[in-house]
Amino acid sequence: MSHEETLRITVTVNGERVTRQVPVRQHLTDFLRTELGLTGSHIGCEHGICGACSVRLDAAVVRGCLLLAVQADGADVVTIEGLTDSEEIADLQQRFVERNALQCGYCTPGMLVTAAELLRQRRPASRDEIRAFLSGNYCRCTGYHAIVDAVEATLNERLRQ
Amino acid sequence: MDAKARLTPLDRPNSYVGRSLARAGARRAVAGRGTYTDDIALPRMVHAAFVRSPHAHAEIVRIDTTAAARAPGVVKVMTGAEVARLCAGPWVGTLTCFPGMKSAPQYPLAVDRACWQGEPVAMVVAETRALAEDAAELVEIEWRELPAVTDKETALDSATPVLHAALGDNLAFRKVIDSGGVDAAFAAADVVVEGTFSFGRHTAVSLEPRALVADYDRHTGRLTIHTSSQVPHMIQTVFARTLKIPEHDVRIVAPDVGGSFGLKIHTFGDEIAATAAAIVLGRPVKFIADRLESFVSDIHARENRITARMAVSRDGEIKALDVDVLSGAGAYSQFPRTSVFEANQILNITGGPYAHKHYRAKATVVYLNKVPTSQYRAVGHPIGNSVGEALVDFAAEATGLDPVEIRRRNVMADDSYPRVTAGGIKVNDLSHQRCLETLVERMDYAALRREQAALRRQGIHRGIGIAAFIKGTAPGPHGYYGAGGAPIASQDACTIKLEPGGGIICAVGVTEQGQGVDTVMGQIAATVLGVPIEQVRVISGDTDATPYGGGTYASRATAIGGEAVRRAAQALKDEILVIAGTLLQAAPGALDIADGHVIDLRTGARRIALAEIGRIGHFQLGELPNSIQPTLSVTRRFRLLDDLYIFTNGVHGAYVEVDPDTGFIRLLKHWVVEDCGRVINPQLADEQVRGGCVQGLGGALYEHCIYDDAGQLVNGTMADYLVPMAGEMPDIEVVHVQTPTSVSELGAKGVGESGTGAAPAVVMNAVNDALKPFGARVTTQPMTPEVVLRALGKV
Repeated sequence: MSHEETLRITVTVNGERVTRQVPVRQHLTDFLRTELGLTGSHIGCEHGICGACSVRLDAAVVRGCLLLAVQADGADVVTIEGLTDSEEIADLQQRFVERNALQCGYCTPGMLVTAAELLRQRRPASRDEIRAFLSGNYCRCTGYHAIVDAVEATLNERLRQ
Repeated sequence: MDAKARLTPLDRPNSYVGRSLARAGARRAVAGRGTYTDDIALPRMVHAAFVRSPHAHAEIVRIDTTAAARAPGVVKVMTGAEVARLCAGPWVGTLTCFPGMKSAPQYPLAVDRACWQGEPVAMVVAETRALAEDAAELVEIEWRELPAVTDKETALDSATPVLHAALGDNLAFRKVIDSGGVDAAFAAADVVVEGTFSFGRHTAVSLEPRALVADYDRHTGRLTIHTSSQVPHMIQTVFARTLKIPEHDVRIVAPDVGGSFGLKIHTFGDEIAATAAAIVLGRPVKFIADRLESFVSDIHARENRITARMAVSRDGEIKALDVDVLSGAGAYSQFPRTSVFEANQILNITGGPYAHKHYRAKATVVYLNKVPTSQYRAVGHPIGNSVGEALVDFAAEATGLDPVEIRRRNVMADDSYPRVTAGGIKVNDLSHQRCLETLVERMDYAALRREQAALRRQGIHRGIGIAAFIKGTAPGPHGYYGAGGAPIASQDACTIKLEPGGGIICAVGVTEQGQGVDTVMGQIAATVLGVPIEQVRVISGDTDATPYGGGTYASRATAIGGEAVRRAAQALKDEILVIAGTLLQAAPGALDIADGHVIDLRTGARRIALAEIGRIGHFQLGELPNSIQPTLSVTRRFRLLDDLYIFTNGVHGAYVEVDPDTGFIRLLKHWVVEDCGRVINPQLADEQVRGGCVQGLGGALYEHCIYDDAGQLVNGTMADYLVPMAGEMPDIEVVHVQTPTSVSELGAKGVGESGTGAAPAVVMNAVNDALKPFGARVTTQPMTPEVVLRALGKV
């Protein structure tokens, strides 16, 4: 990596503070995947459309491919690995598995990160509203119906609690 | 059919067949712990990037890689000529089952001339992908642009340049099917309806792009390729032959595959080149296509123009169908599956649900300076179904019949099988009548018609579509690949073993892409063997660990691979019962296996655990007489004997709303009634249908690789090439009618593609139903707002 211009960044990723010297042009998803081994965030387009690289950054869902790693300096990043370990979305993940709301699974981490955002709003949502909320995350396998089912079921369960 | 007579072990009360078990792999994927090819990092691994042709057609006058080779981090730069020298020879994408077909020789990278925008021309291998891309920009190429052939309508005109001079013209293939009597039927017909239909190019857009890590061990001569593939054994054979390495020294491992849809049954020059680099360097080379290069290097599909007409009697009986297909292939026929299957399938299936006797269909496939075309989910079916079903609706309108009624009068009767279609295809075990009546009931068709009429009076234009289909699944060896000479297996195989601890290892040639093959194979094995499914481990996607098989293509995994598993499991069970009978001094026929134990068939009493059989069979062989030499490992294969395909059938319904001011189409609801034979896992089957439908809907409404006259793809980004989003798609209701295929005891037919094959047809019919008050018809896909407004005469 000696050929690259680099900067030193410190990021909190899934609750752990990490410091790395990163190429200034490296996007956040490449940083997460190659520097930290967090391969749950996927690269589908690298131009901000498909949503497979969605992660939570300072409590907002962002496209990891549209953000440089150096821009995340000082930020708090949560990936699918973090959401899994904290069990924040264990109910949603269980519903996804039971309802087969994923096939190849490539879009799934990003889809779950986005769906988690909807669930955190703790307000009722119609199927159409769920569909609209998830429209920034492409799934090429499922046709979305099962994903909407799984998110709807989880949301309704949480609202009942 | 006598249901009792068909009762098999698969129908036992404790059967896993017919149960919606969740997929184990899904648990890993939702945790972000899937392992896709790009997640694999090997020691000393380097990364390949490609220089691609910026021109649709241009001669390479000079290529200079000096600066690129000196760039930071670069370990290798290779030109087309250098890669070609490592290959056994060029690929020629023809098959003998398509007589008269021709294609030009093709090397992994362009050597003297690039024939499509995006064709790989040179490869840079560097420490990182970023550095490889930096250096790729330093490869200097002097181009001499040549005229591009981009319009299929004029591709055969004498004034049009010939893409490959040695071929003489731009014709790839021509085929005619003629049952005879067509002209007479049209001359005698009360009504003739016709149309010209246009279908744009699509591409698969698997969310995970093509991906490969090639690793060559110079010391042992072993080549291991981790690659996102549906067909590991085909890749093994083609790569071995192309790169002159013995087949048995090549191992293909398909890790988690992030979407495939037919894209990943092909071989691509850039992947060969990256593998060649791994051999030359003796270091692992990774190549992951980025999204932009995917659009100009993944196979394309669907570009067809069809002119078709249908002869009908006054009372709506279809008499004859006459179809003319013009198919726009790319610059080469894709090796080894060719670029003519789509046209060939259109001929096979257009009008396929119906009982007419006279059929003529002609296909002309021409070469264009565009990305090569080949198999994408439901090859040819979206086109053939759209054309056939549109004509049926046109005929209904012309004869004053309801779209449901005209189909009732014309579909092949459920009690008329086996039979041969007018196109000469043998079909069996279909259920058009039952599916149609089920759909009418599920849609509440009459109520929908009333609602439609009421809303029309309020200026709201909704349309109801009906479209029947047949789908060729699970091809046999007498069809195209085997008979045509391609190294593609139509058989599939299972090796099943009893382990010392009583576990079952079930290794299969068919592959998992998230559709649930591993789960479905496990359900079949566990059911036949009589063991808890937790006791079965399915292995797929590794040529070192699985028996040779065709993999997953053409909706074959469950129908072919599943029957191989059933046969292997039955044979292993037979052996276990022989061993158990010897140990227990019982006749094997008086024993059975349930819940992982050998039981007394009559009383159900447990006699001995499978773990005991495993222990004795592996460790304590002295307890058995010498006449018993257990293998506890069985391989069985399955393939079709005589049939071309196992055909499936079904019917879709759609409810849409069209805004006549904006041309926007809103999908309100979609219904599918389909017959894939015995359903092994209902939820997985449903989701194959739903996902398939949405891919069809994408093609029908949004997806289009748009080329300009110079052969430049103008919308090759995810922002510009539109795929369906959650907000645009409807809920899809799925119903299965189950008519088991009689070619196997399992009874399963294919299910993965039929949704894609029929959804475009039903939505086009629904849109045209909505447009009826305006006297407008849409016959172009994708049905963009512009297409709708043009049909309405508004633009």
